[in-house]
Amino acid sequence: MSKINFLKPDKSNLNTFLYLGSFLFFISVLDVLLNSFFSLNITGFLPSFLSFLLPLILGFIGLYFIRIELSGIKQLDLLNKHINTNNFNAILSLLIIFIILKSIPPILSWFFIDASFAGDSKDVCTGSGACWTYIKVWMRRFMYGMYPNGEQWRINLSFIALALLGSVGYFATDKFKKYLTLYYVVIYPFIAFLFIFFFISGGPVFFDFSYGIIAAILSIIIGFFIPSKFKFYYFLIVPLALYILLKYFVFYEELIELGKLDGLNWVETGAWGGLSLTFIISFFCLIFCFPIGMAFALGRRSGFPLIRYISIGFIEFWRGVPLITVLFMSAVMFPMFLPADFFIDKLVRCIIAISLFEAAYVAEVIRGGLQALPRGQYEAAKSLGMGYWRMHIFVILPQALKLVIPGIANTFLALVKDTPLIFVVGLLEIVGMLNLAKTNPEWLGFAMEGYVFAAIIFWIICYAMSKYSYNLEEKYKTDR
Amino acid sequence: MNFKLKDIGPQLMTVIAVVLVFGFFTYNAQVNMENRGIDFGYGFLSQESSFDVQFSLIEYDGSHSYFRAYLVGLLNTILVSVIGIILATILGVIVGIARLSPNYLINKFAAFYVEFFRNIPLLLQIFFWYFAALRALPLPQDAEPMFGVSFLTIKGLFVPAFIWQNFNIFFYSILAAIIAIIVIRIHAKKLQETQGKQTPVLLISIGLILILPLLSFLIGGVRLSFEVPVLKQLATTSFIYEGGVSLPPELIALALSLSLYTATFIAECVRAGIQGVGKGQKEAAASIGLTPNQVLKLVVMPQALRIIIPPTTNQYLNLTKNSSLAAAIAYPDLVLVFAGTALMQTGKAIEIVSITMFTYLSLSISISLLMNWYNKKIAITEK
Repeated sequence: MSKINFLKPDKSNLNTFLYLGSFLFFISVLDVLLNSFFSLNITGFLPSFLSFLLPLILGFIGLYFIRIELSGIKQLDLLNKHINTNNFNAILSLLIIFIILKSIPPILSWFFIDASFAGDSKDVCTGSGACWTYIKVWMRRFMYGMYPNGEQWRINLSFIALALLGSVGYFATDKFKKYLTLYYVVIYPFIAFLFIFFFISGGPVFFDFSYGIIAAILSIIIGFFIPSKFKFYYFLIVPLALYILLKYFVFYEELIELGKLDGLNWVETGAWGGLSLTFIISFFCLIFCFPIGMAFALGRRSGFPLIRYISIGFIEFWRGVPLITVLFMSAVMFPMFLPADFFIDKLVRCIIAISLFEAAYVAEVIRGGLQALPRGQYEAAKSLGMGYWRMHIFVILPQALKLVIPGIANTFLALVKDTPLIFVVGLLEIVGMLNLAKTNPEWLGFAMEGYVFAAIIFWIICYAMSKYSYNLEEKYKTDR
Repeated sequence: MNFKLKDIGPQLMTVIAVVLVFGFFTYNAQVNMENRGIDFGYGFLSQESSFDVQFSLIEYDGSHSYFRAYLVGLLNTILVSVIGIILATILGVIVGIARLSPNYLINKFAAFYVEFFRNIPLLLQIFFWYFAALRALPLPQDAEPMFGVSFLTIKGLFVPAFIWQNFNIFFYSILAAIIAIIVIRIHAKKLQETQGKQTPVLLISIGLILILPLLSFLIGGVRLSFEVPVLKQLATTSFIYEGGVSLPPELIALALSLSLYTATFIAECVRAGIQGVGKGQKEAAASIGLTPNQVLKLVVMPQALRIIIPPTTNQYLNLTKNSSLAAAIAYPDLVLVFAGTALMQTGKAIEIVSITMFTYLSLSISISLLMNWYNKKIAITEK
C-alpha cells in the first residue's frame, strides 16, 4: 500500500514530486528549445527514434508528477487546471508547446532574419528568407493596379476625403445628430459616387464632379430652410435634380470646352486595380446591396402573394448559384441583354452583379431579424395607427437591424473576401495583380511573398471588421 | 376572397415591372443574336467537343460530345466537393470541440486556427496552396515514398490503385451489413421502449461491418490486389509515375483549401451547437444516474445536432458553390470545362451560362429541400 502511495503524487509527498516533475518538464522543453533554436540535439547519443520521442515522454512524466490536486500552491493549481487536467490533456498540451517552439525559428527567419528588405532589384534576394524587396518594388502596382503613377494622388486624395467625410458622425454635435442617418444613407454615398467615378476616372467628366459638389453644397444650404416634414423627400430628389440641371442646362457648352483644356486625365476603369479597387468595389457593393436586400426581405414577408413569390424567387436564385457564374453572366451574357449601342462599363457591371448577389444574402439575414421580433411589436405599432411604411421605418426595422448586426457583418465580410473573384471579368485587384506580378520574367519565384503579403492585408481588414461589428453589437444591445 | 384595389395595385405594378424588365432583356437578346447571326438552341450538346480535359473520372476525349464534357465537369465538381466536405467535417468537429476544451492551450490554438483561416479570402488560400506551397514539393524522381507506396510530388499525389475481383460480392456484403445494422437498431429501440432492455448496438454494428466483408473475402471469392505507382522516365530530365491512381495537384490544392476554410465555419457551428445545450440538461441527466458517455449520447448530442445540422448543411452548400473557384487554378470542374472551354468554342453564352447556373441551382435547392425535411423531422414537437 505504501509503495503505491509513494508512486502516486499527492499533497503528502508534494516536494519530491514537484521538484522532480518540474525538472523533467523543464528538461523536455529545453531539449526542444535547443533543438529548434540552436539546432543542438542534446539527446543525439540515443537511437533516433528514442531521441525524437524523449521530450514527449519526459514531459509527460513530468506533468504526471506535478498533477497534484489541491496542492495549496496557487500557480500550480492554476497550471493543472488549465493545461494538465488528465493524461490526454497533458499530451495535447505538450504537443502544442512543442509545435509552437518548433515553428517559431523557421517563421522568424523567413520573415525577418534571412529576409531581404533593401535594394530594388532581384539581385539582393539571395538569402533563404522572404524577398520583401519584391513587395517594395511592386507596391504601387499592388495598391493602385495599372493606374498611372503620376495620377495616383487622386486615389489617395479621394480616399482621404471620403474617410474624413465618413468620420463626420463622430464629431457631429447633438443638433446635427438627427441628420446623420440621412447623411450616411443619401448624401455620403452620393458624394462617394461622385468622387470615385468622376475624380478617379478624371477626363472631361471631372467637371461632372464639380457640378456634383456644387449641387451637394447648394442643396445642403437650401436644405436648412426646408420644413423638417419634407426634408427626407427633399434630400432624396433635389441634389440629383440640381446636378442634372447644372450638367445639362447651365454652362454646359462652356464647361465642356474648359474640360477639354485642363481637366484631369482620363483613366479608364480597366487600368484601375490593386487594393484600391478592392476598397472601391466593396464600398459600392456594400452601399447598394443593403437597400436591395432590405427591400427583398420585406417583400418576402409581404402579405401580397405575388410580391412574396417574386422575392422568394429572386433570393433563392442568387443564393443558389456561385458568385463566379454570376460574374461570368455579367461578363458574357449581360451585354446580350442590352441594346447593341448601349455600353455599360465592366466595373459597373461587376458592381451590379456582386450587389445583387450579396443582396440576396443580406435579405435572408434581415428576414431572420424580422422573424425574431415578437408579434406584439407589429400589433402595438398598428394599434397606434401607423401604416406599413411608418411601422417598418420607425418600429420594426430599427429593432430588427439591431438584432442582425452580426449576420450583416458576416455578409459584408464575405463580400470583401469575394472581391478577388473579379479576375473572371479581367479586373485585377490585389490578388489579381499578385498573379500578374508573379509571371513577370524578371521576378519569377516570389509567389509566396506576394500571397503572404496579401493574406496579411486581408486578414487585418477582415479581423478589424469583425471586431468592429462585435463592438457595434455590444453598443446596440438592448434588453427586451 | 375580397379583392380590393389597394391589394391588387402594388402587386400588379410589381408584376408589370418584372415582366417589362424581362421582356426588354429577351427582346434585346433576340435582336442581338439576330445581328450577330447566332441561333439559340441546345443542339450543340450532342456535337463533337474536340477538346481534351486533363483529369476526368469517366472516359472522355475530344471525340465525345459536349454533353459528355458537361458530365466530366459536373463529376469533377462533385468529387472535389465530396472530398472537401468529408475533410472539413472531420477537421471542423475536432476544432469545434477543441474550442470548448478546458485546456487553455488547445482552446487558444483552435481559436487561432479559426480566426486565421476564415479571415483570408478563399481564392487567396487556393492560390497560396497551388502556386506557393505545393510548388515546393519534390520532383517525381526525388520524392520520398510515404508508407512505401504513395508519392507526393510536384506533379500530384500518386497512390496505389485497388484492383478488385468479384467487387459486386464485396459491395453486396457491405450493403447487407448496413441493412442488418439498421434492422438491429430499430429492433433495439423497440426493445428499449417496450421492455427497457439495452442492446449493445455499437458492438454488434462494428462486428457486422467487419465480419460480413471479411466473409466475402474468405468464401465469396473476392480478391484485392494493389497496383503500386512506378517511376517512369519520359525524357532525360522528365519523370512521371505510372500505374495506380494519380491525383492532380489542382485537386489537392483545391480540396485542401476548401476544407481548411470551411472547417472554420463548421467548427463555429459545432461550438454554438454544443454551447446551445443548457447546462441544466447535462446536470439533470447526470442526476438521474446516467454515465458521462450516456449523457453525451442520449442527452447532449441529440439536442446539439438539432442546432448544428442546419447551418452545417449551409456550409456544405457553400463549399460546393465555392468549388467553382477551381477555374482559377485550372482544375477542370463544371465552370472551367463547360462555362470556360465549351463556351469559348461554341459561343453559346446564354445557353451555357444558364445550364451551369441551373445545375448549381438544382444542387442547392435539392440539398436545402432535404435539409428542410430533416429539420422538420427532428424538430421538437411541442404539445
